[in-house]
Amino acid sequence: MSLMQRMSTIFKSKVNSALDQIEDPRETLDYSYQKQLDLLQKVKRSLADVVTARKQVEMQKAQIQADQARYTDDAKRALEAGREDLARQVLEQKATLEANLGDLDRQIGELKGQEEKMEASTRSLEAKISAFRTQKEVIKAQYSSAEAHVKLGEAASGIGEEMADVGMAIDRARDKTDRMKARAQALDDLQSSGALPDAFSTEDPTETELRKLETASKVDDELAALKKEVGK
Amino acid sequence: MIVRILHEGQFEVEDDQMETLETMDGALLREVEGGHREAYRARLKEILDLIRQGRRLDHDELRSSDLVVPAADFSLEEARDLLEPHGGEGKK
Repeated sequence: MSLMQRMSTIFKSKVNSALDQIEDPRETLDYSYQKQLDLLQKVKRSLADVVTARKQVEMQKAQIQADQARYTDDAKRALEAGREDLARQVLEQKATLEANLGDLDRQIGELKGQEEKMEASTRSLEAKISAFRTQKEVIKAQYSSAEAHVKLGEAASGIGEEMADVGMAIDRARDKTDRMKARAQALDDLQSSGALPDAFSTEDPTETELRKLETASKVDDELAALKKEVGK
Repeated sequence: MIVRILHEGQFEVEDDQMETLETMDGALLREVEGGHREAYRARLKEILDLIRQGRRLDHDELRSSDLVVPAADFSLEEARDLLEPHGGEGKK
């Protein structure tokens, strides 16, 4: 069997097992509707979590930017006092922050993407729930007809599939935000303890070396510019 | 045929496209089973592009899908997990 067929079979088995537990199909409709509303709340909460995570990362970014400005001031003061060694040290720290900033920007981008997806899921689910609510009453009213039975099956499996999909999207979003929160927390802890993460350590030693070189030349440039500024 | 792209929506794929889709699908399964990450991404993208040429079902259409395909951001491992009867939920 192909990949898409296998996925769809597994998907449907999850949907059906939830609905099979109820004997009267009319109850299934009400039960399913209640489940849909619960799920909608869950999606909205999950969306709020992603927004909170993004705001946290944005605050962290603002903090780092403020720190960078402070480091520039410190370096200037060190130069004015004739301490080029100290100025260089401060600028090296600043460069380490720069690398973390890039990582935070990537995280913000990812979280924004996640937010958009969750918003789309919410809209889609709301529309489906509303359609289901209308159909539910019609089906219940004509319950004895064979046609209603077919419609019931279609409506239930159609919405069930959507719910399984949205449920999975929520789980994935949670996994992602949890990972990011953990990283943000780790960065916070390191910053407050004064031990900044080693922004240069990558798995590829050549790249690590190149990054170090780039940073060194950046530090040199900035030092030269600052020296000009303070006239030393 | 109704095809669901997970987290994206359902599309109605024309019958004359189905043969192409099935061929691509077979290739995708081979890449997943073989663990070929880059080829998996490329195949998945081709499949999604083809499906998106179909009519997108309205949000208020309640129909079940004939086929289900992962979204573009599903890793190979996540896709593989969806092929397991007990995978895809609360994993880890």
